[in-house]
Amino acid sequence: MESLSASYGGSLVLENVNFYVQEHDFIGVIGPNGGGKTTLLKIILGLLKPVGGTLTFNNELLNSNSIGYLPQISTGDLNYPVTAMDIVLSGLMIRKKVISRMTSEDKRKASTVIEELGIKDLARSPLSELSGGQLQRVFLGRALIGNPRLLLLDEPGNFVDSTFENDFYEKLKELNSRMAILMVSHDVGTISQHIKSFACVNRNLHYHPSHEITNDDLLAYGCPIQLITHGEVPHTVLKLHN
Amino acid sequence: MEQSIFQYDFIIKGLLGAVFASITAGLAGTYIVSRRMVFLSGGITHASFGGIGIGYFIGINPVIGAAVFGILSALGVEYLSVRHKIREDSAIGILWAFGMAIGIIFIYLTPGYSPNLMSYLFGSILTVSNADIAALGIMSVVLILYFLIFYRAILYISFDESYARTYSSYVDIFKYITTSLMALTIVLNIRMAGVVLVLSLMTIPPNIAMIFTRVYFRIVLWSVVAGFVGTAAGYIISYSAGIPVGATIIFTLVIIWVIAKGISQVLIKMRGRDGVKKF
Repeated sequence: MESLSASYGGSLVLENVNFYVQEHDFIGVIGPNGGGKTTLLKIILGLLKPVGGTLTFNNELLNSNSIGYLPQISTGDLNYPVTAMDIVLSGLMIRKKVISRMTSEDKRKASTVIEELGIKDLARSPLSELSGGQLQRVFLGRALIGNPRLLLLDEPGNFVDSTFENDFYEKLKELNSRMAILMVSHDVGTISQHIKSFACVNRNLHYHPSHEITNDDLLAYGCPIQLITHGEVPHTVLKLHN
Repeated sequence: MEQSIFQYDFIIKGLLGAVFASITAGLAGTYIVSRRMVFLSGGITHASFGGIGIGYFIGINPVIGAAVFGILSALGVEYLSVRHKIREDSAIGILWAFGMAIGIIFIYLTPGYSPNLMSYLFGSILTVSNADIAALGIMSVVLILYFLIFYRAILYISFDESYARTYSSYVDIFKYITTSLMALTIVLNIRMAGVVLVLSLMTIPPNIAMIFTRVYFRIVLWSVVAGFVGTAAGYIISYSAGIPVGATIIFTLVIIWVIAKGISQVLIKMRGRDGVKKF
C-alpha cells in the first residue's frame, strides 16, 4: 500500500497510508471506531476504490485471487438453506465468476479443508444446525479453500464460542507459516498474544514491526487506544502508569 | 360428444397448468422464501393489478400490463433497498395499495365492458387461455435453465450479499434479473390463482419442503412435487365440487402443509429430535 487515500461519503477517511504487508507477517490492525479500519479492509478487498495510491503485497500488485476473507459473523443469513460444504465451496467463486459449476476437484478441495478444520462430520449439515464455533470454522474454510497468500480477519473475536477461541488462534499460528494474516480487532488484549506486528489506523496508519506499543508510539500519533504490553500476562497500561 | 371433448380439453389444460405452475412456483418460491422476500412478492403481485386495469383500459392483453407493472415495481423496490433511500417495507406497502387502486380505477373507467374482476382477484381456470399455458411453459423452461446455469451464483448472492461483493461485480445485476424473473413468474401465475392467492402458491410449497430438508435444491424439488400435488388435487376438487379453483388449490396446499407438519411432529416424538433429519 503506497500513499493510499480513501474517502467515504465525501470525507477523507484514510490519508496517505503507507503500508507493506510481507509474506508470513501476522498484523493486528487496531484503532478507534470510525478510524478507518473497515475502510482499509474494504480497499484491500476491492470493495472501495482508493482516491489515490496503490496496493501491493510482497512488492507485487495485490490480486484479489490471493486473498482469503473471514468477515464478521453477522453478514450472512444463518437460517439460509445451505450446507457447510456449500459455504466452503463458495470461497472458490472468485475464480468462477458468473457461470459456476462446482467440479469434483472443487469438492475434493473443500473436503480437504473441512477435514483440516476438524468439521468433517458437519459437511452435509445445514448452517442453521451449527454452533458459533462450528460456524466460524466453516467460514474460515471458505476463506482458506482458495489457498490465499493473505488472510483477512474482521473481528474474529465476535464469534461467541469461547471454547473454540484457543483452537482458533492455534490454527491461525499454523496457517501463518503458509500465508500472511491481517486481523482487524478491537480486542487489543487478546490479539497482542498472537500477532507479530500491528498497525494503528486513525485516518493515518502507523505500522509497528513489533507487537508491543510503547508510550512514545502513543504520543507520536495520538491514537486514542489503550496501551498494551506483551508479557506473561497481557495487560493494559494507562497513561500515568509507571 | 361435444361435452366430452370439452372435458378432455379442460383436463389437459388443467394438468399442464398444474405442472407449469408448480415448476415455476417451486423455483421462484424457494428463492422468495429463502431470501425472505415474501412481503416484497406480495407488493409485486398487488402492484401488477394496476397493469391489469391499464391493460383493459387501453385494450391490450392485461397480462402484458401486469408483467410491465410487476417487473418495474420489483426493480424499483430492489433499487431503492440497494441505495437505502427508503424503508423497504414502507415502499412495498405504498406500492401494494397504489397498484390495486390504479387497477380498480382503470377497470371502472373501461367503457362498455365490465371484465370479470373476480377471475383476476381469485383465479379461474375457465379464463386461462392456451396462450397463458404456453407462456407458463416457456417460463418453466427459462427458469429451469437460469437456475441450472447460475445455481451457485444465485445461491451465494442470496445467502451473503456482502461477501459476494468481495468476489463479484455482478451482484446487483443478478439481483435485478432474478427478481424480475420472480415478478414475471408471479404475474403469469395470477391467471391460475388470482392476485389475492398467488402469493400462497409461491410460499406454501417451499415451506412444506422445509419441514423435511434445509438444502436449497432439495427444497426446490420437493416444492415442485408438493405444488403439483396441491394444484392437481385442487383442480379435481374444484371441478367436482364446483367451487373456485384458486381458493381450492390454496386450501389443499395448506392441508398438505398441516399433514406434513403433523407427520414430522409424530416422527420427532417417536425417534427423537433426529427423527426428521434435516439433510
